[in-house]
Amino acid sequence: MNISSARRLVAVATASAMVLLSGCGARVSDDTATAGEGTSCVDTSGSSVKIGFLNSRSGTMAISENTVYNSLKLAADQINAAGGVEGKQLTIVAEDGASEPTVFAEKAEKLIRGDCVAAVFGGWTSSSRKAMLPVFESNNALLFYPVQYEGLESSKNIFYTGATTNQQIVPALDYLKEKGAKSLFLVGSDYVFPQTANKIIKAYAKANGIEVKGEEYAPLGHTDFSTIVSKVKAAGADAVFNTLNGDSNVAFFKEYKNAGLTAEAMPVLSVSIAEEEVGGIGIGNIVGQPVAWNYYQTIDSPQNKKFVADFKTAYGDAKVTSDPMEAAYTSLYLWKGMVEKAKSFAVADIQKAAGGVSFEAPEGTVTVNGDNHHIAKTALIGKIAQDGLIYTDWTSGKPIEPDPFLKSYPWAAGLSG
Amino acid sequence: MNLKSFLTGRWAVVGGFVLAAVLLLVVAPALLTPFRLGLLGKYLCFAMVAVGIGLAWGRGGMLVLGQGVFFGLGAYIMAMHLKLADAPASTGVPDFMALISSDGVPFWWEPFRSGAVTLVAIVVVPALAAVLLGLATFRRRVRGAYFAILSQALAAAFAILLIGNPRSTGGSTGLNNFKGFFGFSLRDPANRLTLYVIAVVALLAMVAVARQLMVSRYGELLVACRDAEERVRFLGYDPAAIKTFAYAVAAVMAGVAGALFVPIVGIISPNDVGIVPSIGLLIGVAIGGRTTLLGPVLGAIAVAWAETSLSERFPSGWTYAQGLLFMLVVAFLPGGLASLGPVLRGWRDRLRPAVPAEKTSVPSLSGGS
Repeated sequence: MNISSARRLVAVATASAMVLLSGCGARVSDDTATAGEGTSCVDTSGSSVKIGFLNSRSGTMAISENTVYNSLKLAADQINAAGGVEGKQLTIVAEDGASEPTVFAEKAEKLIRGDCVAAVFGGWTSSSRKAMLPVFESNNALLFYPVQYEGLESSKNIFYTGATTNQQIVPALDYLKEKGAKSLFLVGSDYVFPQTANKIIKAYAKANGIEVKGEEYAPLGHTDFSTIVSKVKAAGADAVFNTLNGDSNVAFFKEYKNAGLTAEAMPVLSVSIAEEEVGGIGIGNIVGQPVAWNYYQTIDSPQNKKFVADFKTAYGDAKVTSDPMEAAYTSLYLWKGMVEKAKSFAVADIQKAAGGVSFEAPEGTVTVNGDNHHIAKTALIGKIAQDGLIYTDWTSGKPIEPDPFLKSYPWAAGLSG
Repeated sequence: MNLKSFLTGRWAVVGGFVLAAVLLLVVAPALLTPFRLGLLGKYLCFAMVAVGIGLAWGRGGMLVLGQGVFFGLGAYIMAMHLKLADAPASTGVPDFMALISSDGVPFWWEPFRSGAVTLVAIVVVPALAAVLLGLATFRRRVRGAYFAILSQALAAAFAILLIGNPRSTGGSTGLNNFKGFFGFSLRDPANRLTLYVIAVVALLAMVAVARQLMVSRYGELLVACRDAEERVRFLGYDPAAIKTFAYAVAAVMAGVAGALFVPIVGIISPNDVGIVPSIGLLIGVAIGGRTTLLGPVLGAIAVAWAETSLSERFPSGWTYAQGLLFMLVVAFLPGGLASLGPVLRGWRDRLRPAVPAEKTSVPSLSGGS
């Protein structure tokens, strides 16, 4: 091809693209365009119904998300053995999010539009959830997200079965205040969850006369904490609030111990360290430190004893159960409850029926809030013991209603703006 | 006119173009679901980057391990414009920024409020970056593995920079949740089809440009630089300028690909621009055949397609498959799948020594690191 014919081709194609653009495309302001794509292709006519599991089975998050996948699988197997949902057996379509937001978005769309699943369960990092959110909203599908997160979000297409901030971070601050902490040092990984959490912590501290003596961030995966720990030591706060995630915790707690700091003198309250992570950090480095969650393996209830026993039977005695795993397990049962209440697998019917659906979960009774799609759950502050498990030290006593935008807390006014 | 010259002549090229255009513009939209068509659109974006890599690496001998940087520049420029266009008119601050800070929009975001500035920047910024980098390195006669390491380090640094500034770049989440594209709703299937058509047109245009460059005098010089840079210098040409131009063209192609990737895929994150995706693109080019015109395009599309379908069946198996394929190609098919025919013919001829070896038309690969 010579240049002139190449030009001609480009011109013709560009012109046809322009015609397409101006011809039938809806403008942004044209809201009716969004309704068209919401038509569902879910097939509920047979004796089974498809659901999607979307977890990182490869990449840096695989070690955590595989445990969530295992709990989801356990719940699905139990539900199928007990007769399924509305008489239909669950068929699992599993996809790998590969620890990458872009892959999560692509696979979510594949599960919704390609496999026509009735609901998707999974996601861990806030990045993965934020990547999937527009996909679920534009396709009007359902995601059940099982991990505690930074709040300030509420989508009608997502059910959040982990804690929002007023069920984890705010109770943790109440706990520290009760224990007499007058000053705090904030340490976190440099991404959306720690930053948003610290914004909330600073607002709480200001209203409660707690001094924030420092705020330090380390990139995800960072492992040199000598500078940060010496800053923490020099500041001499009453407690440290830790929102580090992943491997960084190992390095941080080793350095913390090496610097001669102890859980008694300056406790480090963590919100991302559960049973699964304790082993990796090394029990000697972290014993006695407090953590904030809504579930521990040591909870003494018939539901939890059965859950822990079933999990160990399925995956081996050495396995531990943790908060996100329990929240994932619970999410599948909550979806089952919603479908049975709605007597329908359709998204609109489930959204309508969701409010008030309740489940006797391993963590205790949880109830879905129909307005913000979070669940009421009990806050538990635990202490890490020598056996690597976490034992409850403080409890909110009853389930806390979810308040993702912290509207019922006067000190939080302006945070969600 | 005999058959052979007919097949390689100008009519074959025009025919090939028409065939590709018909396949991509008529057959694919008719056969594929909107979801699969969107995926194909994504693969086409990778193919655009591959055309540039084919030019810079296959023809120019520059092992560009960091094309993710230029892809990312184009993508983030486009994403910044789309985020600003979506921002509520009252504050003008995009949603993710308002969530984690109250500092407002950084000053270097402001120019991208304008659509025209954005479109110009998508071409100019990657080109400028490549020219600066190219002149700085090629003038000093940095090449081979040293240039490869440099370009790779740049990709790593770029990703770290993006992750480290979540208030202005979205951090590890990146930028997503785009409502519109220059005023058109991205949720409307008709608009998404249009975007796909734009990607097809852009890819075909880039292949046309690459072909013109390859058959021109400049293309000859570029191959000469690859194979014997010193001789080109002694003949009075400036190899640095020759190589910088190819590098800049490859950068612009990557930038435009990134800019189209954003509305088609709906998200851009540091994971899409760092070392791993940069090398992934290169593997596609190597598998397809880096010195040929269409090898890189088909290789990139095939590798991206294989990644999607393999990871749907065997999670985490893809990485191993990709590595294995790359090793096999490097060891047994250095010219990529495009050279499969000639290589097989060579083997056949060796098995039957009586037949005189046929002259192959695959461009030489010597010194093409």
